[in-house]
Amino acid sequence: MNTANILEIKDLKVIYKTDLEVVEAINGLNLTLGKGKTLGLVGETGAGKTTTALSILKLLPSVTGKILNGSILFDGEEILKMDEKKMQAIRGNRISMVFQDPMTSLNPVLTVGDQIAEAIQLHNPEMSKEDVQKKVASSLELVGIPSWRSVEYPHQFSGGMKQRVVIAIALACEPELLIADEPTTALDVTIQAQVLSMIRDLRDRFNTSMIMITHDLGIVAQTCDDVAVMYAGTIIESGTAEDIFLNKDHHPYTVGLFNSIPNLDVKTDRLSPIEGLMPDPTDLPKGCAFSPRCPHAMEICHQKRPPVYTNNTHNIACFLFLPEGKQGNKGGEE
Amino acid sequence: MYRYVFKRLLFLIPTILGVTLIIYAVMSITPGDPGRSMLGTSAPQADVDAYNEALGYNLPFFQKYLNYLIKMIFHQDFGISYFTKLPVFQEIWPRFLVTIKLAFFGIILSTLVGVPFGIYAAVKQYSAFDTITSLVAFFMAAFPAFVLGLMFLYIFALKLNLLPSYGIATFAHYIMPAMAISIPPAAQNMRFTKSSMLEAIRQDYVRTARAKGAPERTVIWKHTLRNALLPVVTQIGLNLGMLIAGAVVVERIFSIPGIGSLIVDRISYKDEPVIIAGTILISITFTIVMLIVDILYAYIDPRIRAKYAKLKG
Repeated sequence: MNTANILEIKDLKVIYKTDLEVVEAINGLNLTLGKGKTLGLVGETGAGKTTTALSILKLLPSVTGKILNGSILFDGEEILKMDEKKMQAIRGNRISMVFQDPMTSLNPVLTVGDQIAEAIQLHNPEMSKEDVQKKVASSLELVGIPSWRSVEYPHQFSGGMKQRVVIAIALACEPELLIADEPTTALDVTIQAQVLSMIRDLRDRFNTSMIMITHDLGIVAQTCDDVAVMYAGTIIESGTAEDIFLNKDHHPYTVGLFNSIPNLDVKTDRLSPIEGLMPDPTDLPKGCAFSPRCPHAMEICHQKRPPVYTNNTHNIACFLFLPEGKQGNKGGEE
Repeated sequence: MYRYVFKRLLFLIPTILGVTLIIYAVMSITPGDPGRSMLGTSAPQADVDAYNEALGYNLPFFQKYLNYLIKMIFHQDFGISYFTKLPVFQEIWPRFLVTIKLAFFGIILSTLVGVPFGIYAAVKQYSAFDTITSLVAFFMAAFPAFVLGLMFLYIFALKLNLLPSYGIATFAHYIMPAMAISIPPAAQNMRFTKSSMLEAIRQDYVRTARAKGAPERTVIWKHTLRNALLPVVTQIGLNLGMLIAGAVVVERIFSIPGIGSLIVDRISYKDEPVIIAGTILISITFTIVMLIVDILYAYIDPRIRAKYAKLKG
C-alpha cells in the first residue's frame, strides 16, 4: 500500500439502477492522487466525473446508485468497506467537497455562520461555543468575507459570495482531500478567476490534495499537477499536466477536446467540435467507448476495450499506440 | 413585522365589507321571506307583509345593507334574529365556540397524525410502512367526513356502545366527531408532507449537509424538515376552512349545536341577521388563521421575513 498517495481508485464500477434501465456510469476507473497534488479530472457532461466524486464520499443516491466492485483507498484505508459512521467522521473532516451550483448548495433557512459552524461542531464536538464562533469568523475571513456577515442568510449573498461560503464550509476542518466539482461553472467569468485563485491559495496554504473536476482545460492548465481525461466512465488518458499539454501523443478524444477550443491566433470560420455524441450509458459499445466517434477507429477498437499504453507518467488507453493496434491480437485486462 | 401584521389586520375591513355585501346580495335574490316562514303557509298575505314590514325586511337591499353596517360598526349590534327574537350575538357566540373547539381538535389531530406519518413515509421511502400508509392515506383522503361519521356512529355507538352518539356534554362526546372531521385532512396532510419532504430531500443543500458529515438524523430534522414544512403550514391553514365547512355535516350527524348547522338551519327561514353575523365570524376566523400561517412562514423562512421587512415603507 503506497501511502504517498492520498487516494487510489482501482477498477471502480458504478451503476445507476432504475426499474427501467441500468446506467453504467463508471466502468473500471483507475485513478491515483499523490499527497499534496492537484488532479484535474476532465471530461464532457455525463462522463461520470461527479459520480466518481460522490463515490469517493459514498454519497451516491441511495436508492439507485450502486458501487459494483473496485476499491477506493483513502490514505491507505479502504473506503468502500467503511460503515456509515466511519464515513460521517471522514466527510467534511478529512475529505470535503465543493459542489457545482452555489445557488442551491446552501440551506436557505440557516445563516451561513450556522452552516459553517455545523461542519466544525460535527467533527470537533468538544470545542466550546466561543471557539466555534471564532473559527467560523476566521473561516469567513479566509475566503474574503467579513465575519460580521455570518449572521446573514444565503439569499443575502451573490453567487460568487455563496461559492466562497461553500468553500469556507469545505475547508473549515482543514481536510486532507478537497474535491471541487466544477466550482466555477455557475459563476461569471470575472468571479471565476477570483474564486479559482482563492482555491489555489488556500490549497497551497493548507497543503491540501485536490481533485479539480472541470470541463475547462484552461482551469486545468492553471491549477493542476496531474490530469486525467474521462470518457464514458473510464480514464482514457492521464499524466502530468506537461504530458497532457506538451506531449505529442494523445488519445484521439483528448485531441478532439483541444481542437474544440477556439484558437485566437488562427483565423477560422467554424469551431471544430468532436463529431457525434457520448455513447448511451445504458448501452455502451463493446470495444473502446470512443470508437463510434473516433476518426482513427480500427477494426479492433470496435471489438475490445483498449489496454493502457504507458510512457513514463503518461498513460493512454488507445490501440493506436500499441502493437496490437496494427495486428488485432489479444490486449491487456483494461 | 408588526407593521405587516397591523396591515394585514386592516385587510379585515374590506374582507368583512365584501363578505356581507355578497351574502346580502345572495339573500336578496333567493325566494321566500321571513314572514311566510314564521307564520306558516296558511297565514293571510296581509299578516305576512305586516310581519316583514315590522322586521324592516322590505327595505331596499342597499339601504338594508347600510343600516346593518352602521348598527354593527357603531353600536356593535348584530341585530335581532328574525326567528327567535334573541340578540344575534347571544345566539351565535356559544355555537361558534363549539365549532371552533371541534375544528381545533380536528386541526390538532390531523396535524399530529398526518405530518409525522408523512415525514416517516418520506424518510423510509419504498418501505412497507411507506407503502401501507400511503395506500391508507390515498383512500382516507377520498372519504367524505360524513361517511366516516356514520361509520363511527354505527361501530362505536351502536355496536360497541363505547361512545355517546350525540351532544357535547363531555370530552367523550367530542371523540367521534373530531375523528370523523380530522381523518380526511390528516390523510391529505400526510400525502402533502411526504411529497414535500421528498422534494426537499433531493435538494443540493441536503447533499451539502451530508458531505459535511452530518448524521442522517441531523440531515432530516435540521436541513430537510424546515424547508419541507413551508407548504405544509399553508395546507394546515387551509384545512381549517375545510374543517369549518365540513363541520356542518358532522354537526348534523352527531347533533352538535355548532355554528355551521345553525347557519344552514336559518337559511330556510331567511334569518338574515344570524346568517350574516355567522358568516362574518367565520371569515374573520379564517383571515386570522391565514395571518398566523403567514407569520409562521416568516418564522420558518428568512427570505420571506426579508420581504416583509421591505414592505415597511
